[in-house]
Amino acid sequence: MKKETQRKSASSAGLAKKRRGADGDGNNNGGPLNVAGELVCTTETTLTDAQMLELYRYLKLTRMVEERLVNLYRQTKIVGGVFRSLGQEATAVGTCYALEPQDFISPLIRDLGAVLVKGIRPREIFAQYMAKAWGPSEGRDLNIHFGDMSKGFIGPISHLGDMIPVMTGIALGARMQHKNLVAVAYIGDGGMSTGAFHEGLNFAAVQRLPVIIIAEHNWYAYSTPTSKQTAVKDLADKAAGYGIPGHIVDGNDVIACYEVTKKAAEFARGGGGAVLIEAKTYRRKGHAEHDDQRYLPSGELDEWERKDPIDRYERHLISQNVATREKLNEIMADVQREIDEDVEWAESSPMPEPEKAAYGVFDNSIAPPALRPKIFGGN
Amino acid sequence: MSTATKKEHKSNRPSRGGVATFVEAIRQGIWEEMERDPTVFVIGEDVGVYGGAFKVTDGLLDEFGEGRVIDTPISEGAIVGAACGAALMGMRPVAEFQFIDFISCGFDMLTNYAAKCRYRWGAGLATVFRGPCGAGVHSGPFHSINAEAFFLNTPGLKIVEPSTAYDAKGLIKAAIRDPDPVLFFEHKKLYRLPRLREELPEDDYVVEIGKARIAREGRDLSIITFGAQVLTALDAAAELEREGLDVEVIDLRTLAPLDKEAILTSVKKTSKALLLHEAARTGGIGGEIAAVIAEEAFEWLDAPVVRVAAIDTPVPYSPPLEEYHLPQLKDVLDAARKLAAY
Repeated sequence: MKKETQRKSASSAGLAKKRRGADGDGNNNGGPLNVAGELVCTTETTLTDAQMLELYRYLKLTRMVEERLVNLYRQTKIVGGVFRSLGQEATAVGTCYALEPQDFISPLIRDLGAVLVKGIRPREIFAQYMAKAWGPSEGRDLNIHFGDMSKGFIGPISHLGDMIPVMTGIALGARMQHKNLVAVAYIGDGGMSTGAFHEGLNFAAVQRLPVIIIAEHNWYAYSTPTSKQTAVKDLADKAAGYGIPGHIVDGNDVIACYEVTKKAAEFARGGGGAVLIEAKTYRRKGHAEHDDQRYLPSGELDEWERKDPIDRYERHLISQNVATREKLNEIMADVQREIDEDVEWAESSPMPEPEKAAYGVFDNSIAPPALRPKIFGGN
Repeated sequence: MSTATKKEHKSNRPSRGGVATFVEAIRQGIWEEMERDPTVFVIGEDVGVYGGAFKVTDGLLDEFGEGRVIDTPISEGAIVGAACGAALMGMRPVAEFQFIDFISCGFDMLTNYAAKCRYRWGAGLATVFRGPCGAGVHSGPFHSINAEAFFLNTPGLKIVEPSTAYDAKGLIKAAIRDPDPVLFFEHKKLYRLPRLREELPEDDYVVEIGKARIAREGRDLSIITFGAQVLTALDAAAELEREGLDVEVIDLRTLAPLDKEAILTSVKKTSKALLLHEAARTGGIGGEIAAVIAEEAFEWLDAPVVRVAAIDTPVPYSPPLEEYHLPQLKDVLDAARKLAAY
């Protein structure tokens, strides 16, 4: 009976409120099931078969790029840390896929999927992680900390919450330029505790700006569980404090993520103002590769592995006759080819010239670069 | 907008040039830039109907409308962040801190987002963050600070602080046209000071960021200062002249990037340097300037470099306490006499 109810609500655009599966309740955390009783995705969708396969490609691309990054990390080819989105890829991919080309996103470190959907190539990601000269920041910053205004991608900074005011400014600037776009900012259960999050969203709400907050509820901020971040039951409850609508979606159902974001974008674009979407998902890896996850209750990982968003989507595509296993394997092979090619490209890039460190603090046609000073006027 | 029309007093467009106070000069500068460039807009607390706590943005709302004069919640982080976002879109925000003391609430966004954006991914942010700074008007610990030293150690932020009406207008225009973030500090004591009223050119002009000015030429010693303390330095120079001392006063105007050339040229000429600033002494800009002089003009020096600054306390409220805290004319005179006699 319980499952029936949840199935019904989940299928209405994925807006169902769900219990945390990890709390040991033993059920399947709701969501639609296929004839074999396995968890699949919502069937209520406007996506075409071709789009659904493209979504699949982005999911696989995200996971396989990250797996490759881990390999490179173990080969000590990555200078900094590697941050995985294992188990929560559907949130980033599904929400971002619902946007128009003119829309802007600011993802977080675990939203590689959204970055790829926005058209950033894996080679750029590999070169960034490897601190290479050909990376988009030319070795100045890490991982997805860069941007591409032409693709509507504004990379985050490490200070969580700071991108909420910035994306509010994107929407504000766009409104002054009479551009019809939405600005999507990703944030986590931890980042929502910051002052910047509050200030930015409050201002966006007051100005009725088309800002969409994707609140990725993955249960851990580094080692800290959500229960130590906030006293609200659902992160979506926070929307009420800003006078904006809040929705809850199953973050491991890529189609539901797509549908809820599409509706939110229409609402925001139509003058409705800011929206908050809570996507309930789970971070299956530690904060970064070094993290041994000693803080996890036993059994939690296994439970969420069974709810893996990509396995689930594969079952969905096959049971809905959108694709055969062979077709999916074909897509995977194509992704593998792209990744191999892009890793090769990134590895062939030189490291940056040391002196380049001095350039680009200011526009150097006005202010000179910050070259090392000469002691006593000599070397 | 309905509230705007309720105003009894409708502020007029400032004259183009003419005799202007310091505050009027800044207002003229912003107004003219908003007329010249549709991407320029103003954002801050009470900048609209009220025209800003010190009336720097008075009348802008009536002229340019709510779309370009944006009143915000009490959220300095949101003001700075939204300014950065809008700048990414190609707009040129002029953001106001009601008092520069509240810049601390936007510190993270300024130092981590605004300052590093161009360096990180080539996205320069043409932004101005301005507001009233400075003590001496009995406003207590939270409405009196001079914030430059907070930011001097953050590459990526330009810092400007004028001391004349002419420079205020020319520098605010230069700041608005600059492709990088500029912190623009306005000493509140100067806003309506009759002494600073001066005739401004009718034609458009800018004052280049990064260039100091010689406020008074002299041969015997250099007082290197900026903002309201330029007036203290000039008063001291006038008095010392009667004692036969010929004092040069350097008005830095831009604090980052520092005009080292102007500092070194003056010190090499006079061989004696007195550094004067209103912020607390320890960790203040005076230490940086002293280091520049020590490293690059050591052989020209005839005396130790002397600093005159506020004592290392918060700015106190009660007039006798504040007077004790701040550098006074007498302190500059005493220091200059000792330096001259060294």
